[in-house]
Amino acid sequence: MDRQLLSGDEAVALAALHAGVALGTGYPGTPSTEILERFSELGGRAQWAPNEKVALEVGLGAAFGNSRTLVTMKHVGLNVAADPLFTSAYTGVSGALIVVTADDPGMSSSQNEQDNRRYAIAAGLPMIEPADSQEAYDFFFTAVEMSERWKIPVLYRMTTRVCHSKSVVVAGSPDGRAAGGGAASAPAPHFEHEISARVMIPANARPAHRRLRAKLAEIAAWGESDEAAAVNRVEPGSGGHGTGTRHSLGIIASGVSCLHAAEAAPGAVILKIGLVNPLPVERARVFATSVDRVVVVEEGDPVIADSLRAAGIALESKAEMYRFGELDVARVRRILAGDTSVEPAPARGKPPELCPACPYHTVYGTLRKQDCIVAGDIGCYTLGVLPPYQAMDTCVAMGASIGVGLGLRHVLPPDEARRVVSVIGDSTFVHSGISGLVEMAYNPPATGHVVLILDNGTTAMTGQQEHAGTGRTLDHLPTNKLSIEAVASAVGIGSVTVIDPYADPEGFERLLLERLAAPELSVIVARRPCVLAAADIRKWEQQAAEFRAQAAPQAAFDLPLEAQ
Amino acid sequence: MNDHVAGVTNVVLAGLGGQGVIKASDILADAALRAGFDVKKAEVHGMSQRGGSVTSDVRFGAKVLSPMVPRGEADFLVVLAASEIEVARPLLRPGGVLLPPDLVPESALPNKRSLNVALLGALSPHLDIPVEALLDAIRAALPERLHAVNERAFELGRTLAAQQVKMP
Repeated sequence: MDRQLLSGDEAVALAALHAGVALGTGYPGTPSTEILERFSELGGRAQWAPNEKVALEVGLGAAFGNSRTLVTMKHVGLNVAADPLFTSAYTGVSGALIVVTADDPGMSSSQNEQDNRRYAIAAGLPMIEPADSQEAYDFFFTAVEMSERWKIPVLYRMTTRVCHSKSVVVAGSPDGRAAGGGAASAPAPHFEHEISARVMIPANARPAHRRLRAKLAEIAAWGESDEAAAVNRVEPGSGGHGTGTRHSLGIIASGVSCLHAAEAAPGAVILKIGLVNPLPVERARVFATSVDRVVVVEEGDPVIADSLRAAGIALESKAEMYRFGELDVARVRRILAGDTSVEPAPARGKPPELCPACPYHTVYGTLRKQDCIVAGDIGCYTLGVLPPYQAMDTCVAMGASIGVGLGLRHVLPPDEARRVVSVIGDSTFVHSGISGLVEMAYNPPATGHVVLILDNGTTAMTGQQEHAGTGRTLDHLPTNKLSIEAVASAVGIGSVTVIDPYADPEGFERLLLERLAAPELSVIVARRPCVLAAADIRKWEQQAAEFRAQAAPQAAFDLPLEAQ
Repeated sequence: MNDHVAGVTNVVLAGLGGQGVIKASDILADAALRAGFDVKKAEVHGMSQRGGSVTSDVRFGAKVLSPMVPRGEADFLVVLAASEIEVARPLLRPGGVLLPPDLVPESALPNKRSLNVALLGALSPHLDIPVEALLDAIRAALPERLHAVNERAFELGRTLAAQQVKMP
């Protein structure tokens, strides 16, 4: 078999292809973005949704239609998708639904380091966690099998190091995986009415909750059994006192922590947990009695340690200081040694910054000069918070700039309120800014409000992905294009202006001052392509023009373009 | 060699976003794969793309466990930007080899964007990876129009390293 060097993201994409996944959908978010991009490159059907909630809903519908479906997002994306997620546990699925949640312990590119293993427990969904790219490939088939066997969505938890690290993968043949079924065994999509299972009115939801708990009990029993031996397994270290004799040190771990632990303590025996919900509690109990000392090594929250302790298993776990940040070999050595002394400071390199030719320099220069109170949002433009501008006062969640700005406007004295500006990027606006604008029109502050939409024509931060506002699909082909200014006008914003802040910095400053002074609702679209994406955007627009020239005039995507 | 995982070679590449740190580590990891080793490679993407500090870890040997080179255990530290030398130096083990950017003067480079590949050339005499595997990996990672210039950069780095560093 061929050995390939793949990232965890690439391995999931390849597995999805080989498993016959009919549709992949999601919203870009580091470190998950490359999964759907690679799936598309490999020939899979992949598309970006406006946000994770819609992605999950589309995926759920596809899985109701008896297909195998993949939905991807970063950890905080699962917050956005949580509403359909929790009830999808009740409805279950007909085909398979695999939901990748890519956690970011250490926050290499995120606003928090929430541990999404908690979501599996809260929603009552099984969760699989691979440790490297080979497992990211192999376990995907297990997840598909579980989803189809128990008719339940499966959460697939990855972390930054698993998503982005590359390691060797030996892939099965696309149609030859007996265990995984393979693409050849993928079910044919079709619909069957199952009203009581999928219409979650209380009368149907009450029995559905009982069905869910029964499924979880079966999955827990499976996780304890030899059938799950590839997922939950004991890896013998070199430290046993001969065959069948006791190890002095046993480690219970999941994900990439297993690999750090194996390196930090080569003599230890490791219970490697790949099914992190429901946990194989009885396996852990037997394991704990087989060693002199048992330590749980896990990144983030003490999820495994707390659960096993609650089940009455005596064990050691990490000190509180290791809840923060990601683990590595050195930190695992310290955990095993019970070392809580101050850790060496991490290398402080050069922080990221706005690209030198970024069109937003003018914007942040002006916001700083005018001493604006800036409710910011999530994207490259969050870098406006760093020197030299330091022109951002809040950044909380995708789309939050508009609501936070409105809240400030409502309560601040008028002189301060008039300095409040919400700043949001184009992809973030499409993700969850639109409902903020609806709120702005519905409950306008007395001083009015100014929303500045920085439209650089791409989802720049995550690596220049398309979105509904670019008018191109994930693979850069033309589709219907959302007009930001038309949306703003349609929800009732009185003043909507488009300006290029790079070409006309003085005009931009004049416009901003004028809109801040007016007690009205204003949207300013500061439009200029991202310098990193501009050449590609020109290429794709050229392709789109050729595509349109060849396509029939009545093609759906042509209508709005011709109407302009 | 690493005390903890016998036979694993640890390389850390460091520089600034846009310099080709990750491209260089992709090439090195692919070459190690072609040479028959187990390989792991780790770095953090995302914010680091915006001109900030970037490091990438490449580990290869009979069997590699953690994807990350433990701090202070890098056998080789390849640095593409002078400003990153002191930032990254704590990653190197005592007695490890530092390959700084001025090992290959910019004036000698066929193209200044090929410093990453030139430093791989300078690293190559230290590694148990056939030169042909490295050259194959370079050709696989780059478009054909860049092959000649990068092969020249690789040879330049390899030659300069042989002159400046006493080979073990």
